[in-house]
Amino acid sequence: MTDTPIDRIRNFSIIAHIDHGKSTLADRLIQVTGGLTAREMTSQVLDSMDLEKERGITIKAQTVRLSYLAKDGITYQLNLMDTPGHVDFAYEVSRSLAACEGSLLIVDASQGVEAQTLANVYQAIDANHEILPVLNKIDLPAAEPERVKQQIEDVIGIDTSDAIEISAKTGLNIEGVLEAIVTRLPAPKGDANAPLKALLVDSWYDQYLGVVILVRIKDGRLKRGQKIRMMSSGAIHTIEQVGVFTPKMIPTDDLGPGEMGYITAAIKTVADCNVGDTITDDRLPAAEALPGFKASIPVVWCGLYPIDADDFEKLRDSLGKLRLNDASFHYEPETSAALGFGFRCGFLGLLHLEIIQERLSREFDLDLIATAPSVVYHIFKTNNGGMVELHNPVDMPDAGSIDHVEEPWIKATIMVPDEYLGSVLGLCTERRGQQADLTYVGNRAMAVYRIPLNEVVFDFYDRLKSVSRGYASFDYQMDGYAESDLVRISILVNGDLVDALSFIAHRAAAENRGRQICARLKDLIPKQLFKIAIQAAIGSRVVARETISAMSKDVTAKCYGGDISRKRKLLEKQKEGKKRMRQFGKVEIPQSAFLAALKMDA
Amino acid sequence: MVDPEQPEHADTVAIKAVTDAPGDLALYVHWPFCLSKCPYCDFNSHVRDRIDQGRFGAALRRELATEAARLGRRRLTSVFFGGGTPSLMEPSTVGALLDDASRWFDVAGDLEVTLEANPTSIEAGRLADYRAAGVNRVSIGIQSLDETALRTLGRQHSATEAVAALKLARRLFHRVSFDLIYARPRQDLASWRTELRDALALADDHLSLYQLTIEPATQFEVLHRQGKIVLPDEDTAAALYDATEEECARAGLLAYEISNYARPGQESRHNLAYWRYLDYAGIGPGAHGRVTLDGSLRATRRHRAPEPWAERVERDGDGLTSSEPLSPDIRAREALLMGLRLAEGVELARFAARTGRTVAESVDADVLKQCVEAGYAVLTPERLIATREGRLRLDSLLAALVK
Repeated sequence: MTDTPIDRIRNFSIIAHIDHGKSTLADRLIQVTGGLTAREMTSQVLDSMDLEKERGITIKAQTVRLSYLAKDGITYQLNLMDTPGHVDFAYEVSRSLAACEGSLLIVDASQGVEAQTLANVYQAIDANHEILPVLNKIDLPAAEPERVKQQIEDVIGIDTSDAIEISAKTGLNIEGVLEAIVTRLPAPKGDANAPLKALLVDSWYDQYLGVVILVRIKDGRLKRGQKIRMMSSGAIHTIEQVGVFTPKMIPTDDLGPGEMGYITAAIKTVADCNVGDTITDDRLPAAEALPGFKASIPVVWCGLYPIDADDFEKLRDSLGKLRLNDASFHYEPETSAALGFGFRCGFLGLLHLEIIQERLSREFDLDLIATAPSVVYHIFKTNNGGMVELHNPVDMPDAGSIDHVEEPWIKATIMVPDEYLGSVLGLCTERRGQQADLTYVGNRAMAVYRIPLNEVVFDFYDRLKSVSRGYASFDYQMDGYAESDLVRISILVNGDLVDALSFIAHRAAAENRGRQICARLKDLIPKQLFKIAIQAAIGSRVVARETISAMSKDVTAKCYGGDISRKRKLLEKQKEGKKRMRQFGKVEIPQSAFLAALKMDA
Repeated sequence: MVDPEQPEHADTVAIKAVTDAPGDLALYVHWPFCLSKCPYCDFNSHVRDRIDQGRFGAALRRELATEAARLGRRRLTSVFFGGGTPSLMEPSTVGALLDDASRWFDVAGDLEVTLEANPTSIEAGRLADYRAAGVNRVSIGIQSLDETALRTLGRQHSATEAVAALKLARRLFHRVSFDLIYARPRQDLASWRTELRDALALADDHLSLYQLTIEPATQFEVLHRQGKIVLPDEDTAAALYDATEEECARAGLLAYEISNYARPGQESRHNLAYWRYLDYAGIGPGAHGRVTLDGSLRATRRHRAPEPWAERVERDGDGLTSSEPLSPDIRAREALLMGLRLAEGVELARFAARTGRTVAESVDADVLKQCVEAGYAVLTPERLIATREGRLRLDSLLAALVK
């Protein structure tokens, strides 16, 4: 395996919008080069998690080594890097890209460039990638290759005269893609005799092997039995296995410069394996690490609570197991008066949050309540009291002790057909967005806005989809912190604070949001024995109020001597059922209403 | 409308006329057969081509004898023949059971003997015989005075028959009650007021007025699920209930229980025994009892299906399937769920003696305080009373209040 001269290696990633055909093309490449027999091909080999398959997104990076006999008669080693495909994983994407020299830019010939593609393609350009434009779905009657090529040139500014026109679905011109990879992408560079420098691209937990680490060798060699050192953490491990994916796991003796593959070293948790870290030889370490390493920092937090309080330990175990495989996800125990014992969890973004939540319910069979997502605020205390990070609205200090508050902003790129532009811009303005750029490409507009992240975690995606009838595509990157006039809105039920429903909003929108959530709670909470007052308050000032009147009639018409046993058992069952309700002060709210209230994110 | 802010006491006075003591016994006799099954009814009733009157009569008598031997001599205050349709029983069977009862028990001088009757002409024809057998109160299942409603309810009689049966009963008996079902599909306030006023004009001193309830495993439940029966919403049901109470009060009949209205002193003594959580024995298929044996209160049940019940009685002397002692907690829950249905409420001293728990121990103090503040309950030194507003919401109130 290590015999391949470095000039016969090509490392590439694939950039594409969801549904533009990335996984289908990857499958074709594997099939054509013989990585798997037709029988072994399950649909979309690379996205191995069920969730990945369903959502059409990649969460973990993966690699496949392909062996391709090119027209020049030489057999090349092609390493396909499948990168995570979502902005929440922008840092992970950047490390995957740093492991390659080039990218295939796949664009659906009937749809054109989408916002998500743009962000990733800019990242690839930043990573000095050679970019090969590939127009997919050329067989569709709606395909407009010339228009899409023009769009790529206008928006991205790359030459499309050599764009490859294919149909991954039918297998049309897959050969053309492989030839272009060989002839147009540069070979990697590296020195086999220099001290070992390997980029840690990603890692995951395998219950038999322990942590499996995906690496790209820059310099030196990586061998079985070698003692390695993680340069950021200083952790030392002895390599048990070295190998490559074809996509089957195939052990090899070693990996050399330019190559991609995996190692195992009896590592118990991925928390020791930071994406972007440099792996070196413990005895002959490299002088300096590879550039670009960053520790991952959660930007969105929410509380996760078991619906059944007895599931708390199970939730703790499950979070621990997930963290084995996803070091970017953080959690710490938290208590809520309304929800009991749970965890405050931090995520890279909203999709990441959704994925973790869904995996908890799906893989660990847990029924959970998630509180409204919150961003990380910077609270600056008076009297030079310094800055604290606020992850939970409940912990917001008294107004008197706050000098000022900063909130995180994002730079959002939205692409939308002209006819919906007005409503999309309206939405951005409503969410305190500041326009940074607005350009047209044919009949599509590209709007770049700065928006507070706080405004995006509240149902922004859903609103964007609905105002554009699903035609807008959206992407964002973090864009620093800025001071803002923010207040905490508290929700009170019969005068008692419901901590889990507290949220932070801009002062200008606070009262309106408070009114909205009170009105929604009024609709959601069924009438009960006693009337219920729902209030929204900013500090001690009540800004909205709703009253749910008492139920007007609820009594069994007939109850005689033969009915006592049954009625008593019914009463006992009702009392049992109340244990599954959430206590809001003295008011019990059915689980379903509470969940709906949290979902509606004001 | 009663002002909910003002706890009312007018209808919550103790019922003075009936003064049954804890050692007294009420006897329920279940006749499990009907000519047809009504689509709303979930009672233990069965339809047979031919009923072996002799066999079931003898079995009831035998089970009564067995139960009497177990209970020992007590003062018997009431007998109630329920069903099913007890007016399908041979009057001679009713007579024999009453004779037996007077042999096994010390019969109170003012013994109340009620028989439920349907107002078809055949059954009405036997009313005189029942009186001769010892029945002194009848409760007639009229259900409605509206012909269309009677058909919807699956009744075998017409409104004209009902009125005739009622008039005959009032000539024969000093005490006559009848049942109506209201809050029926598409029934509005005005039409119910008219029907109820007509009913009150025909009424004696007692009425049972039930809001239609969809019971599980009935034809109505299927229709309800299919959306073919739509019940009035909660607010309408509450308004219908208010109107009912108002009309009855105008005619001098007070709501002494959720669905029962009587001129003071004319309350059903037998049913009061249930609601006051006194001893009652139940015989016949599926009958329940609450009887004190050797100082402990037991819940008794009998086999529900008529023929297997009869076989057991013939073999073992009774059709008992269980006789469980009830814990103080259970007794307290049952006494509250029954007692708070009554306008007179629960008498604290009797409650403690009967259940082994005080009312204070049996309810959530915070909820009680809220109930009192909301005008749903009144706590006096003698009684815990659910007010009219409280009784209207009693199921929710009990779920919150009872420990």
